[in-house]
Amino acid sequence: MKKTLVPAALALAVGAGAAFAEEVRVYNWSDYIDESLLTKFEKETGIKLIYDVFDSNEVLETKLLAGSTGYDVVVPSGTFLQRQITAGVFQPLDFSKLPNAVNLWDVIKERTAKYDPGNKYSINYMWGTTGLGINAEKVAEVLGEDAPVDSLALIFDPANMEKLKSCGVHILDAPVEVIPAALAYLGEDPDSQDPDVIAKTEPVLTAMAPNVLKFHSSEYISALANGDICVAFGWSGDILQARDRADEADNGVTIEYYAPKEGALMWFDQMAIPADAPNPDGAHKFLNFIMDAENMAAASNYVYYANGNKASQEFLEEDVIGDVAIYPDEETLKNLYTTSPYGPKVQRVVTRLWTKVKSGS
Amino acid sequence: MRRFTLIAVPYLWLLALFLVPFGIVFKISLSDAALAIPPYTPTLDLSEGWAGIKALFAELDFDNFVWLTQDDLYWRAYLSSLQIALFSTLGCLLVGFPIAYGMANASESWRPTLMMLVILPFWTSFLIRVYAWIGILSTEGLLNQFLMTIGIISEPLQILNTNKAVYIGIIYTYLPFMILPIYASLERIDGSLLEAAEDLGCSRLQAFWLITVPLARPGVIAGSFLVFIPTIGEFVIPSLLGGSRTLMIGKVLWEEFFSNRDWPVASAVAVVLLLILVIPIVLFQRNEQKQREAEQ
Repeated sequence: MKKTLVPAALALAVGAGAAFAEEVRVYNWSDYIDESLLTKFEKETGIKLIYDVFDSNEVLETKLLAGSTGYDVVVPSGTFLQRQITAGVFQPLDFSKLPNAVNLWDVIKERTAKYDPGNKYSINYMWGTTGLGINAEKVAEVLGEDAPVDSLALIFDPANMEKLKSCGVHILDAPVEVIPAALAYLGEDPDSQDPDVIAKTEPVLTAMAPNVLKFHSSEYISALANGDICVAFGWSGDILQARDRADEADNGVTIEYYAPKEGALMWFDQMAIPADAPNPDGAHKFLNFIMDAENMAAASNYVYYANGNKASQEFLEEDVIGDVAIYPDEETLKNLYTTSPYGPKVQRVVTRLWTKVKSGS
Repeated sequence: MRRFTLIAVPYLWLLALFLVPFGIVFKISLSDAALAIPPYTPTLDLSEGWAGIKALFAELDFDNFVWLTQDDLYWRAYLSSLQIALFSTLGCLLVGFPIAYGMANASESWRPTLMMLVILPFWTSFLIRVYAWIGILSTEGLLNQFLMTIGIISEPLQILNTNKAVYIGIIYTYLPFMILPIYASLERIDGSLLEAAEDLGCSRLQAFWLITVPLARPGVIAGSFLVFIPTIGEFVIPSLLGGSRTLMIGKVLWEEFFSNRDWPVASAVAVVLLLILVIPIVLFQRNEQKQREAEQ
């Protein structure tokens, strides 16, 4: 669930002007790959790669359900993928064309099987957690040295938020991420599908909302890095990218990422091939290329997200594989939870609750 | 026969580009959401022939329209969109009329240049121009820096992410659509009418009110429609410049379509929006027609 600065999908044709016999169209999250991999794929296979990007699961899903997207490979997140499989959006993968599938990591495959039983339709691209990104100095200044930076109380306890308001808080504009977190904070099951249980988050969220500078799913990367805000509830890799940018800018801003101790959402972005893909054969070649250990490692080293590729781990840089914020240790792993897709009735309750929280009505 | 062909062209245009798409949206609004491609049911199955069409109609109902009345979110969004559209249109009129008046009274040699200046912003993408307003209006933006430097304010004004920014963005974007039709009608006014009025004892202000304003009326009406109609369903400007508290029907429609994946309810919202726009416009035009006939 990766979003970036560019809110509109921008098309990026990678072709260097050479003549290609066939082409494959990939639709991935924005800023989610090392772009040198794209030209490498074209050189190795002789297939022209058309690489487009999107920035929300909802946009991708609406296109897929309208049909005939023209894309050969798409990258929905687990819960969305599950619903799309039910709707008949994807074709089963032909593993005889995917020899590199042996590189996949069992630990992740077990978890993604919840969304794609038997892992028949998809392979894991990257995964991560949703948690708290903080500007260490500013938070200490406002809340003191013993601020609960590893707890959801940081954003859900009004006593903290009223103080943090002065230095700026961003929250993901994604109810499917924030509501499970609020449930975890309240000690309820984060994966609850019961409208009455979900309704319990309303007082918590409406108390938080007036102190939130912005509900947005990508602006927090640069806002954190520039020191414009002091807390963001966002995706792990994005916050680590902000940490990296602040380090490079050497602007005195120190960003830290914490997976909340009450539990953090673990999500998976899965590559799959639409049933009506124009070039399923080329799509399989692309998936096989991505599952190559070195290629996958290059992508992770670039975007600071963990991947579902066991063989790639020996090529990962130390600041990726050695960082518990990216590859959690056993302790943190126990604290991670996953969610299931909401049914249409519950989805409506969730969207309505979210509108009420954000608009105050 | 020739007359028939002459009328046929605009009617075919209307049929192909308005009525057919409207029919499709209306049909979806009577369907139910489903987890499928496309995400609603029933869909037309022509292989079944006549029986299939009958089965289709049997399954359609008005439940989604009933739903719209049950949650106050929808009518509050319609009302707030109407309000924003109305005030934006008035704002465009207040700013646009003097500009058009100035253009029409400028010397012949200047007019093409002035016209060019009004059209010039269209050469830049609309999205980029709205983004530029973020840079101007934000708390660290140009406007606040300027006002703080000259000492008018000591604390930055919070304009971005409020309705004020939405009004500024809409008025800025739609202003040319107000200026151009007003300019077109002002330019046609025969100067001797004003001279005659002054000869007959009118002051300049009276002459303006009795001659210029009535003759500019068609331009004002056309301009107001051109601003009001697209503004009411505006989505881009409120989502970029407005805050989470800006409630507009375009945003509600987006959420129904993308977050709830409920195309039928989204279509029902669109159909009601269209009725809200079309009925008053048709009544207004009929009234105009009657007046014109009465005058003749």
